[in-house]
Amino acid sequence: MAYKIIAAQCTGCSACEAECPNKAIAEIEGMFVINPEKCTECVGHYDVAQCVSVCPVDDTCVIDGAPLRYRPGA
Amino acid sequence: MVEMITPISSPDPAQAMQRIAEHKGCGTTGGDGKASCGSAAGQGDLPAEIWEKVKNHPCYSEEAHHHFARMHVAVAPACNIQCNYCNRKYDCANESRPGVVSEKLTPEQAAKKVIAVASVIPQMTVLGIAGPGDPLANPAKTFKTFELVAETAPDIKLCLSTNGLALPDYVDRISKYNIDHVTITINMVDPEIGAKIYPWIFWNHKRYTGIEAARILSEHQLRGLEMLTARGILCKINSVMIPGVNDKHLVEVNRAVKARGAFLHNIMPLISAPEHGTVFGLAGQRGPSAQELKALQDECQGEMNMMRHCRQCRADAVGLIGEDRSAEFTTDKIMDMEVNYDLTARRAYQAAVELEREAKLTAHEEELSALAGEESDLTMLVAVATKGSGLINEHFGHAKEFQIYEISVRGAKFVGHRRVDMYCQGGYGEEDTLETVIRAINDCHAVFVAKIGGCPKADLAAAGIEPVEEFAYEFIEKSAISWFRAYLAKIASGEIAHRPRGDAEIRQGGLIIAA
Ligand code: SF4
Ligand code: SF4
Repeated sequence: MAYKIIAAQCTGCSACEAECPNKAIAEIEGMFVINPEKCTECVGHYDVAQCVSVCPVDDTCVIDGAPLRYRPGA
Repeated sequence: MVEMITPISSPDPAQAMQRIAEHKGCGTTGGDGKASCGSAAGQGDLPAEIWEKVKNHPCYSEEAHHHFARMHVAVAPACNIQCNYCNRKYDCANESRPGVVSEKLTPEQAAKKVIAVASVIPQMTVLGIAGPGDPLANPAKTFKTFELVAETAPDIKLCLSTNGLALPDYVDRISKYNIDHVTITINMVDPEIGAKIYPWIFWNHKRYTGIEAARILSEHQLRGLEMLTARGILCKINSVMIPGVNDKHLVEVNRAVKARGAFLHNIMPLISAPEHGTVFGLAGQRGPSAQELKALQDECQGEMNMMRHCRQCRADAVGLIGEDRSAEFTTDKIMDMEVNYDLTARRAYQAAVELEREAKLTAHEEELSALAGEESDLTMLVAVATKGSGLINEHFGHAKEFQIYEISVRGAKFVGHRRVDMYCQGGYGEEDTLETVIRAINDCHAVFVAKIGGCPKADLAAAGIEPVEEFAYEFIEKSAISWFRAYLAKIASGEIAHRPRGDAEIRQGGLIIAA
């Protein structure tokens, strides 16, 4: 699994981008997004997810637990 | 330590200038008698090399504020602590930084903007990085910006404002980049109080909360301050006064930062409204009244220089007081601009300003001699509508703020600002805004203006505040003294009776005019 950013709550402060040990977070057209392919939930790096710990808005970086019902191209 | 200052007679022009310009904290004329500017008071009497560094800095010298401007660039969006008076989504009214959403610049864009502004506005002498987050939580962007600006514009002073958490790690870099001013926001030195102000900090890859968080923050702030002053870098301390939380405690903060070599302490009122969505705003935490703020500043003044002219202006504004030219310098326009940086022209402007300052010095001498022989222990406040240059040169209805002077037989001393909303929009006054103005200067006995309409004049008089027009376009301090002498004479002859005034309100919300 991976983390995701709830875009509606994100302030765009970029704090998470600098803290991610896997460079999984990037600003794409003004929105901060986590690349699920790169996110390891910080396992092996830190005890806590860095994006969650540094984000100024609670519950904005959250576990993306939703199983995908439809995968384009799958 | 309590030493009266001898009124201007100093043979040393730098020292004399200092008294003129630093009339906010030191009390040019001895003020209330407990100012610490006497030569024996050390810290209070800025040494020549510090004065050299701050005299053209609008944030440090009230008088410089009218001749020189600073600008801030928003290159540092990320923050490493959470404050109860801040909501990261919006402009922070307390720490003069725009919200995260306002504008974000890359270091390259920021440097170009600074150079473009400085080549059009010769007054622009200071570049600050203050946010929107914490500059030291964005070290790469912050230092890159400084580096780029220093390459093209070596005459621009660099400064940064930080919460201090990451400061000890960056002190060496700060000294390398020739940054001569650092502002640290220190709201407490007691972690128990800190826990009420800071819900958490992010440090060493971990979020800390409560007393532990406040303890780490406080340790880093004080250590960072010590390290900076040991390297000869000027440190100013900002504190937000939060009634019932840290108001009494700030006297202790004042002592702690003085002991570590801070040269100026700026106590600012908490600005908090529910619509800002901050923890304090939502909880109904109030800000201090004007009287409470002044009492605390006075209490700390015996300890060290206090800064009273800070308007908590928005950091992204461009220009001098009362004019915001940021619309001319949007990111798009700047990227298209041909910039020609003319160091010689800028130096010529700065020399002209020195001449103007000397004119003020002369007026100040006249003012003091006029007071010789008067005896009274009366102290009162007056409000002044001014656009700068130390003159009463603003129309009452156009004033966005009033300067407050405390007058007594010891002279006139600048003690602070009162911001008011634009009361006159295009020539006619609106009743409810006039009331706002009256509430903001309610502790004053008189208001000095260049001009005032008939209606507001009558309303002010009814509220017990005398509108004074007779000193239009004259020097503030000299006029205040003349008026005060006449006031004393009227009391002596029985024409009027002196009545104390009530408290005044501190306007909520960020100041949107230029810094
Ligand atoms: S959980 Fe860790 S790895 Fe995943 S995006 Fe957040 S910081 Fe990066
Ligand atoms: S730290 Fe939070 S608010 Fe800031 S950019 Fe990342 S997700 Fe958005």
